[in-house]
Amino acid sequence: MIWSCGAALVALIVCAPLAALGWQAWGASAGHWSHLAQYVLPQAAANTGLLLLGVGALTAVLGTGSAWLVSAYEFRGRRILSWALLLPLAVPTYIIAFAYLDLLHPIGPVQGAIRALLGYDSPRQFRLPDLRSLPGAVFVLGCALYPYVYLSTRAMFMTQAANVLEAARTLGAGCYAAFWRVALPMARPAIAVGLSLALLETLNDIGASEFLGVQTLTVSVYTTWITRSDLASAAQIALTMLVIVVGLILLERHGRRRQRYAAAQRMRPMQPLRLHGWRALLAAGLCALPVMLGFVAPALYLLWETQKRLHLVGGVSRQLWAAAGNTLAIAGAATLITLACGLVVAWAARATRDSGRRRLTQLYARAAGMGYAVPGTVLAIGLLTPLGLFDQALSALLGTTGLVLMGSAAALVCAYAIRFLAIACGGVEAGLARIPPSLEQASRLLGESAGGTLRRVHLPLLRPALGAAALLVFVDAMKELPATLLLRPMNFDTLATWLYGEAARGTYEEGAVAALAIVAAGLIPVILLARGQEKMPETRDRDQKPKRTAVDRHDPAPVHGDAPALAGAAHISDKQP
Amino acid sequence: MKSPRFALSTLFGALCVAGATLAAPALAAEEVTLYTTREPKLIQPLLDAYTKESGVKVNTVFVKDGLLERVKAEGDKSPADVLMTVDIGNLLDLVDGGVTQAAPSKALESVVPANLRGADGSWYALSLRDRVLYVEKELPVNSFHYEDLADPKWKGKVCIRSGQHPYNTGLVAAMIAHDGAEATEKWLRGVKANLARKAAGGDRDVARDILGGICDIGLANAYYVGQMKNAEPGSDARKWGDAIKVVRPTFAKARDGGTHVNISGAAVARHAPHKAEAVKLLEYLVSVPAQTLYAQANYEYPVREGVKLDPVMAGLGPLKVDALSVADIAKYRKQASELVDKVGFDN
Amino acid sequence: MTASLELDRLSLAYDTPRGALRVVDELSLALPGGHIGCLLGPSGCGKTTVLRAIAGFEPPIDGRILLDGAVLSSAAHCLAPERRRVGMMFQDYALFPHLNVQGNVAFGLRRLDRACRQRRVAEMLEMVGLAQAADSYPHELSGGQQQRVALARALAPSPELLLLDEPFSNLDADARERLAFEVRDILKHTGHTAVLVTHDQAEAFAIADRIGVMAQGKVAQWDTPYNLRHHPATPFVADFIRREALAERRAAAYARGARRHG
Repeated sequence: MIWSCGAALVALIVCAPLAALGWQAWGASAGHWSHLAQYVLPQAAANTGLLLLGVGALTAVLGTGSAWLVSAYEFRGRRILSWALLLPLAVPTYIIAFAYLDLLHPIGPVQGAIRALLGYDSPRQFRLPDLRSLPGAVFVLGCALYPYVYLSTRAMFMTQAANVLEAARTLGAGCYAAFWRVALPMARPAIAVGLSLALLETLNDIGASEFLGVQTLTVSVYTTWITRSDLASAAQIALTMLVIVVGLILLERHGRRRQRYAAAQRMRPMQPLRLHGWRALLAAGLCALPVMLGFVAPALYLLWETQKRLHLVGGVSRQLWAAAGNTLAIAGAATLITLACGLVVAWAARATRDSGRRRLTQLYARAAGMGYAVPGTVLAIGLLTPLGLFDQALSALLGTTGLVLMGSAAALVCAYAIRFLAIACGGVEAGLARIPPSLEQASRLLGESAGGTLRRVHLPLLRPALGAAALLVFVDAMKELPATLLLRPMNFDTLATWLYGEAARGTYEEGAVAALAIVAAGLIPVILLARGQEKMPETRDRDQKPKRTAVDRHDPAPVHGDAPALAGAAHISDKQP
Repeated sequence: MKSPRFALSTLFGALCVAGATLAAPALAAEEVTLYTTREPKLIQPLLDAYTKESGVKVNTVFVKDGLLERVKAEGDKSPADVLMTVDIGNLLDLVDGGVTQAAPSKALESVVPANLRGADGSWYALSLRDRVLYVEKELPVNSFHYEDLADPKWKGKVCIRSGQHPYNTGLVAAMIAHDGAEATEKWLRGVKANLARKAAGGDRDVARDILGGICDIGLANAYYVGQMKNAEPGSDARKWGDAIKVVRPTFAKARDGGTHVNISGAAVARHAPHKAEAVKLLEYLVSVPAQTLYAQANYEYPVREGVKLDPVMAGLGPLKVDALSVADIAKYRKQASELVDKVGFDN
Repeated sequence: MTASLELDRLSLAYDTPRGALRVVDELSLALPGGHIGCLLGPSGCGKTTVLRAIAGFEPPIDGRILLDGAVLSSAAHCLAPERRRVGMMFQDYALFPHLNVQGNVAFGLRRLDRACRQRRVAEMLEMVGLAQAADSYPHELSGGQQQRVALARALAPSPELLLLDEPFSNLDADARERLAFEVRDILKHTGHTAVLVTHDQAEAFAIADRIGVMAQGKVAQWDTPYNLRHHPATPFVADFIRREALAERRAAAYARGARRHG
């Protein structure tokens, strides 16, 4: 009972900014809408659709392919690559976009090298097509977002596929046949989960899309608000997008409904096939490619630019340290609160016995995840009204002067929590789903109350799921920009806003130090996450000393589950000055 | 794996939340609070100079977008004293949104020309930025009309940032005021046909792309020129700056040919807790030392007459401001934005 | 420990979108203290539901469940599972994977002080023959060993009644037979009252003192194994027992043949 009240409260808080947006949208005049519908939306919708298709295809190929190679085969460098493939999660899409714009610019290193090879002197004689186009955006976003697909697909390959693949082998299927006819179809649900996350990120991306000149729906939300000063119409577009997203998620969930029960098979790791010679090199090369494109190239670019500027910048300034401290504090607080709320919501959905009430708590869980489907800025705008109302109510009740919540770090933490709650909810839900009900019953019959069971049985078993969710929320919170820019307190900078401040005048390379700091700070959680995934169940050997893999065996990867289960890259949104 | 990090985070989080909710207001008298959309790096030197001279602490909140929404939501409890922003449209939105108040001041009125401030001191321009033509330095272009950008002879040679960006819609609005909506629409279509690459990126990318051979001419704000040409030799920015030269375009139909300018400006917030301090800050910002900083450090054109300019900017020649009232630009802004959409300029 | 169990016209139903689906209908039986009872029947006959009701996870819509004369469940009032002195063994063992054997067995012994707890755990492990496995984790044990740990864990807090939910169905035939006899021995030794649920006749006949043949939510006959075989109350019971026995004889004949020719 108390859990479902808590869940209801959380769901209410998450929906508050959305309701405020709806109220804003109500005020839009018809004239604006007809102009938008005629001139803006068709092209924006077409661009968005094409972008989603392209990014979907690219991430599916990169993510699934690399996951398969890393799971099914053994070759030199596989161990490193298996976690390195997650590294692009640490780099915001915006940074990847401007890194490539610089790298691939006619006067940049890549084209310079090509010209030198071909014997041309100046870019006016020869140059490659511009990155600022739809294909360019597909490339950038694909390289940045494939880790979602990689994460979920790899977990599935490593735990589910063993029996079936061995059966296929005994029936005469070779490597390729095993992949195409067995592994790939089996991995479809996992690919769907990863894809839905990547596509959600793409849909809500503003930074890279705008920078590369692709007019997507989200970009038009932005421009409608900023340049037309028409918040109402912007809210309308945003809410329409939200409805479409929710519709898609429901559709996907419905399609996966039956498949969830198939996951309850025995978990066994695959026996990888050893590769030699050129095959091993090929496999390593193919796996290294996404890492190079999505992480190494941008990171090297940032390092290079930083060292160029280091003597100008005069080392790392005190303000940068302060910004770093703020970032860690806010991200840490947001992670804790988000996890706690996610636990409340997911547990409420699980613990209710009454079927009528259960549907309600499941609704709360879905509602709580809505914050993720909305771009950061839109959420922040929506949040302004409830915060203002809250402060006014507080002053009416307690007579406090001045603002309490608005303009405080607490408001920022609140915004982050609403935004990233879906990650925590999904992660905890997936973790809970893997704990058989008989464990709970056993605990109850051994005299433990429901709360005690949660504490002594479920929480320890949820540790991997909670840990992974915590890491992802932390990384996201650290990189968050648009909501932070809008809601932050006075004299307060995070690494992301610092980067924005440096880059705002187009002096992107001077923001390189801050960008590097963001990437570096994001690396640690991502690597921890990757290492956590690495602890896969070993084959049973009772003669060995007991290792503490008891938990991992039953909880191989907290990735299966519902659409907004995990997420990674933030919505760095940046408007050019 | 989780324990040490979580302990640390809890500590941080607790401190942060405690600090934040405690720290919200309780402002001393010797303080003034500024909400601005201008980039911190540009404003901070000015504010530091003010604090040094007057001893008044300046609290700043840098808001990228949504200044109006934030101040509105804060309501009468808002601690904002001064609202500073870029682009006349944004500034007038603040005034029209009811979050500013009239702040008449003799000092300000004597410095800022009448067409660059609001009646009753509802807003004041603090600096000007002209929108000029960057040209590949070897090309024989010495004078230019904005309308010439649509000339087919420049096909495939024009770079410009997004048509919806306020700097560009301001220019389009000015063109509507001068030439009428129909001619402007034709012009936009002509420019779009001349584009060498998508209308995206920033103003400095125009210079970079000229160096990179993607285009030969483009429109951008003048202050970047000062920044680029004054950059360290050998740095990227310097290379871009050295690749271009600048021509100040005028409107063909205007009798007194002038260059289009936009402004950065400020207003006093409606519920400012320290109104007097707010006006003092504004007065400081139009004083000689501040305006000199604007001119020399930011390479913007000062609103005060007779301020010494940076040599590079001075080398561009005297600026003849387009006679059109700045407020008119704001009037046609929405129409300009709709035209840009209609033409599909950014697609 | 020798509590008697009585089910008095127990009725259980599931909530479906189309209304309540009655799974168990006016089921009555009495199990004297210290005896081992069994609910035997095909899948879907409601036997597991009855077990869960006795454990306290399913509230009855009618009828009562009494343990040693005290009402555990009735349509009006249902005592929470953790307050019933009932232990349970599960089909999937349900050992806590994050605790070792020692931790698992000690789980229900919170109220004892440390020394008592350790003694009790040792005693229980000794009883099931797993004293040397105290530090192992569940995944390191075989199915049979895990089920023994589950037994030790369930009996450690001295419950008044032990429930067994198809506890041997996940084991191979050999382990199943062995474990079934062992469990009966242990229960007879400790004197616990127990209720077993299974679809396997051999198991039922091996362990139980009283067997209730169930079909479609009702008990067709609640009697000793001997009486069921030789004095079936209804044709259904006779058929059920005979069919199973026939299959058994066939399996035994095949095995004999294989041994002869193998």
